[in-house]
Amino acid sequence: MSADMLPLITKALGETVYMVFVSMLISSLLGIPLGVLLHTTSKGQILECLPLNKTIGAVVNAIRSIPFIILMVAIIPLTRLIVGSAIGTTAAMVPLVLASVPFIGRQVETSLREIPYGIVEAAQSMGASPLQIIRKVFLPEAMPNIVAQLTTVIISLIGESAMAGAIGGGGLGDLAIRYGYQRFRPDIMIATVIVLIIMVQIVQFAGNQLAKHLDKR
Amino acid sequence: MQLSYIKLLYRDVTFVIDLSHIEKIYESPAGPVHALKDISLHISKGEIFGIIGLSGAGKSTLVRCINLLERPTKGKVTVNGKDMTSMSEGELREARKGIGMIFQHFNLLASATVFDNVAFPLELSDTPKDKIKERVTELLELVGLADKADQYPSQLSGGQKQRVGIARALASDPGILLCDEATSALDPQTTKSILELIKDINKKLKLTVVVITHEMLVIKEICDKVAVIDKGVIAEQGDVLDVFINPQQPITKEFISVLLSNDLPVDFRNIDIEPEPFEDSILLMRLTFIGETANDPIISSLVKKYNVSADLFFGSLDDIKGAPFGRLIIGMEGSKADIEAAKEYLNEQKVKVEVIGYVSRHASAHH
Repeated sequence: MSADMLPLITKALGETVYMVFVSMLISSLLGIPLGVLLHTTSKGQILECLPLNKTIGAVVNAIRSIPFIILMVAIIPLTRLIVGSAIGTTAAMVPLVLASVPFIGRQVETSLREIPYGIVEAAQSMGASPLQIIRKVFLPEAMPNIVAQLTTVIISLIGESAMAGAIGGGGLGDLAIRYGYQRFRPDIMIATVIVLIIMVQIVQFAGNQLAKHLDKR
Repeated sequence: MQLSYIKLLYRDVTFVIDLSHIEKIYESPAGPVHALKDISLHISKGEIFGIIGLSGAGKSTLVRCINLLERPTKGKVTVNGKDMTSMSEGELREARKGIGMIFQHFNLLASATVFDNVAFPLELSDTPKDKIKERVTELLELVGLADKADQYPSQLSGGQKQRVGIARALASDPGILLCDEATSALDPQTTKSILELIKDINKKLKLTVVVITHEMLVIKEICDKVAVIDKGVIAEQGDVLDVFINPQQPITKEFISVLLSNDLPVDFRNIDIEPEPFEDSILLMRLTFIGETANDPIISSLVKKYNVSADLFFGSLDDIKGAPFGRLIIGMEGSKADIEAAKEYLNEQKVKVEVIGYVSRHASAHH
């Protein structure tokens, strides 16, 4: 192991963690309400509104059908508009967020759909408003599932952040491509892969534990 | 005296729940489905009112029309003197706080403790924390679950879950409790204890209770009045005792026969029953007693007073909401005139007499 490797990896790891953490935070803040909206406006639900539901659903599907690598380059003008540049760790977060929001939306929608309608009906019979049902029934009841699914989203974000690195976003992907691949440094390549494996293991383990802790069924 | 008379009168004219000409039509791909047809029900304060029907008869839709979880297509729903159908969403939510509801599958929050489940309706109306604690503790004591406050629903038995459901339904101090097949998912033993609890709180809290069920047992145990619903229509309604003694519609008779078999005793099943007397025949009759008469020695006085003999072939004693309810099958012998006089006497004693027919005395004596 050469002397330059450790600082390189530490720096790249820091960038990846930053990219994944901030994108995840923003994506969750947008994606969870999106999922709630997708579910509650569907047929027979508390805020049933089929035109809205169909429109949002179509947009979500459209974004989700674009492969990440294409989405990333396709939205460069948008990225520039938002962060002022198309290169760098912060710029990489725009496509990351854009890809994750609809993903989280669908995941959350699935979790909410699993809640028996009877519980919602019981809340309505007690005089709960739609907002109260969302806050006090849907979200707490679906929380174990949402946590499990957000774990999956984090893991796919780690993968996508590596791709974003390839177009100048920094992070572990960038390191693996520039040093491991272009400069023929298999040691760096292997080290990067090991770090990524460990990262995913930790995230999955933590997510499982948290979901299990929250699950009272 | 005067006052109680006025109260009685008042009770008769004002109903806590008044459904008038309710219609419910669902749109389905196969065309409109007429789930409820011109249903009118009047439920008085403090009454336990049963609605019985087969699955798909429309009873669950009907009970949801009371708190407007289902909005009737036509008709008027008046609860506590207020027209529910004309309320705004906000007014409706407030009105629902005065109507508790429990469900077949309990519908508790799996992620919340027993305490938090019961606290749920109180949190909806932003009750202060200390007030919530006081009320929830009181309710859990009422339903006998004071020691389970910190457990989750998954750790409870079905009966305990329904007790939590009841405590939750009572939290906002409603005047009405709707029970939608509340005991249908429970075993007979637990059903009994839940019915006891409902009867208990009906008395203690002067609660008006509407019970939806497909089991006549539930009606028999706790209801004062019953409506039989069939294919979206009220087939029959009235006091439970009257309906039990004198069911008018085939569907009602069917429900009752599950509890009180109308089959003849085994001895009579395979022999000829004739409508007219013949040589050595006896007249089989089914007698139904209710209330006090069930305890009186009517048969022995019958035999003493009239020139008839009466053999007892079958007898059962049941009770309907605490009132004794006896059924006998007797074989009577005597002249036509004497038998008529005896039947007259039984009618005077408020015994319901059903003539089954004439059978050979030998056939019955065989056994």
